[in-house]
This record gives sequence, structure tokens and C-alpha cells, in this order.
Amino acid sequence: MNLNATLIGQMVAFVIFIYLTYRFVWPPIVAAMAERTKRIADGLQAADKAEKDLELAKQKVVEQLTSAKKEAAAIIDQANKRAIEIVEEAKEKARLEADRVKAAAQAEIDQATSRAREELRAKVVTLALAGAEKILESSIDQNAHNELVNKLAAQL
Amino acid sequence: MSAAEHEAITSSEYIKHHLTNLTYGQLPDGTWGFAHNSAEAAQMGFWAFHVDTLGWSVILAAVFFFLFRSVAKKANSDVPTGLQNVVEAAIEFVDGNVKSMFPYKNAMIAPMALTVFVWVFFMNAMDLIAVDLLPEIAKLIGVSLGADPHAVFFKVVPSTDPNITLGMALCIFILILWFSITQKGLLGFLKELTLHPFSSSNPIVQTLFIPVNLVLELPGLIAKPVSLGLRLFGNLYAGEIIFILVAILYGAGIVFAGVAGVIQIIWALFHILIIFLQALIFMSLTIVYMSMAYQTDEQH
Repeated sequence: MNLNATLIGQMVAFVIFIYLTYRFVWPPIVAAMAERTKRIADGLQAADKAEKDLELAKQKVVEQLTSAKKEAAAIIDQANKRAIEIVEEAKEKARLEADRVKAAAQAEIDQATSRAREELRAKVVTLALAGAEKILESSIDQNAHNELVNKLAAQL
Repeated sequence: MSAAEHEAITSSEYIKHHLTNLTYGQLPDGTWGFAHNSAEAAQMGFWAFHVDTLGWSVILAAVFFFLFRSVAKKANSDVPTGLQNVVEAAIEFVDGNVKSMFPYKNAMIAPMALTVFVWVFFMNAMDLIAVDLLPEIAKLIGVSLGADPHAVFFKVVPSTDPNITLGMALCIFILILWFSITQKGLLGFLKELTLHPFSSSNPIVQTLFIPVNLVLELPGLIAKPVSLGLRLFGNLYAGEIIFILVAILYGAGIVFAGVAGVIQIIWALFHILIIFLQALIFMSLTIVYMSMAYQTDEQH
């Protein structure tokens, strides 16, 4: 229990270890802790910012979606209109084509009819002449009765 | 395990043996060596060393330093693991205390507070090691080196040696004086000692007050290191004695040994609190004293 030079030894050791702690222990650990604190704060801030950004992005998405929908509707409207137009055009074209075809056919029919009629008339003339020859059993003077026969043929 | 082995000696001898330091100094015959008994140690006068307590004190400080240094070396701001968590918790605790009690700028105070806290904690924690374990090992080593087994004294708790606690307190006292003088000037420091608590605007009355103030202030100043050192010493010394008494109880028959076991567990659990608390008090007072030394316009 007596006081002796141990006191001085302890004082020297105390000073040395305070210096060692001051020089080698305290600064790096405190610096690392401060840096971590800063990193965590930055991280939290970044998270906040990201959340805000997300919110903004969501809003933007909604806006864009609405405008896109509007645009799409307009396009569809236009397309519908155009489709109707095209259909109408096509109808018109078809109608014209049909008319043209019909007209051509009619013309052909008319032509064929008149041709058939001509043929028939010619045949009838021949037949009538043959028939008349047979009835009269004599040959009719072609020239004297030509006018009469022609009149007959025209009546057919 | 203890008293039974010491059946050749009485309980009081056992206690005395445990409370004697391994002292190195000048022996009566003029040569230097270890004291063979406490009387011889006392005769050595001031120039003697308590090899056991001083040795453990330095070993524990070295453990503290290398433990913390190993963390400091690879300290980074990534996720801390294992020992780094413990060290950082200690540093944060000390830093918080320093910041709340010491509002001035001095980069040395916090590292000093950390050293004081952890070192004192480690020194106190030596109390939890069974009282006879390390002394018995020391005795085996001592005997193998040719020493008398009864002359191998070994105190393992540095804070039960007033030299250790007062040594630290004295360093802090020197720092108090140093900071007082550098912060307030020598004149300012002397004024603080002489012009408080009694002061007067009349110069003659003021002069008469100076010795009165000095008588009041000086003991307060000197009481700081003395109380700081003796508080730690007293608490740990008392705790150590109770552990020794419990150890004696182990040798007093099977019933008492059982009682001793229970008491030891209870006392050890309670002692964990004391160990921490005394380290905390020592550190807090160190910071407060430094803060007081910095305080310039003190109003009583």
C-alpha cells in the first residue's frame, strides 16, 4: 500500500498510451465512422430523391398514357373515316365497273341479237322463197318479184 | 481451491499475502531485487516498483492499444463486423460523453477519455479472474526460478494499487494545471484561486480576502486528483478483499464452500456493474475536470 516509483511508471505509461491512442487509434476510426454517417445520410437522401423521381415518373406515365390514348382514338377515328371513304370509293368504282361491264354486255347482246335477226331474216327470205317456189311450183321470176319478196322479208 | 492449499498459513496471512505487491527495489543489503516480505518492501522507500500491478497495467494497456489499433488499421465505412462493432460502440460512447461535457476544441481530450475508459475497465475486469489463479501460476514460475514460494507476491488488479490510480489522477491533475494556465493565463488562474468566492470592490478588503479564498480554493483543487485516484482504488480494493474473503470461505468445509460459491457468483455479477461504473466515473470526471480547466469566466 506504500506509494513508490510505480506511480511514476504508471504516469509515463499513461502519457505514452494517451499519445498512441491520440495518434494511431482515434483518428482512423472516427474518420471511418464519420464517413459511414455521411454515406448513410447520402443514401437516405438518394432514396428520398429516387422516391420523388418515381412519383414524377408515375405522373408522367399517366400523362403520356392519356395523351397516347387520345392520339390513338384520333388515329382510329381517322382510320375509320378513311376506311369508309375507301369502301365508298370501292363501291363507286365497282358500280361504275359493273355499269361498264353491263353496258358492254348489253352492246354485245344487242349486236348478237341484230346479227341473229339479220341472219334469221336472210334465212327467212330464202325459206320464204323456197316455200313460195314450192307453193307455186314454178319459178318466180326473181327480178319481177324481188320487190314483193323483199317487202315480205322486211315484215318478218 | 484456495485456502486448502494454504493450510500451512492462517487466513490473515493468506489475505496479507494477497494484498502485498511484488516489489522490486533496493534490498537492505544494498543489492537490487524483489522484496521477500512487506516489511522489506516498505523499507525500499520511494524508489521501488510494484512489478505485478505495473506490469499488468502496461499489458492491459497494450491489449487495449493493439485491439483498437487492429480495428483502426482496417477501419472503413462499409458495414462494420465483429470487433469493429464493439470498438466503434466504445468510441461512439466516449465521443458522446466528451461532446456533451467538453464543449471546447481540443483533439486530445476524446482519445484520452477513450484510453482512460477502456484501460480502467480492463484493469477493473482483472478482478473477475479467480483471485488465486494468476498468483498460483506466478508462484509456480517463481518457484521454478528458485524463489521462496511465500515470497512470490502477485496482485493482478492494477486498480487496487493506489500507485496506479493516483498515477493516472496525477497526470490528469497536471493537465488541469496546464490547461488552466494556457487557457486563462497564469494570472487568470491565480485570480480564479484568490478572488473567489469572496470578492469586494474595495482593494484593501479584497487583499484581506485573498488568503481566505486561497484556503478555500486550494483544497478543492488538490481534492480533484486525490479523490479521483482514491475513489477508483477504494472501490476496487474493497471488491478485491471481498473476493479474497469468499476464497477463504471455500476452505471452511463443504457447506461453507457451497455458500461461498453462491456469494461469489452474486458478488461477481454485482462487480460487473462496479467495473463498468468506476471506469465510467473515472472517464467522466476526467472530462469534467478538463472542461472546468477550460472554463474562463467562472461565477461562483
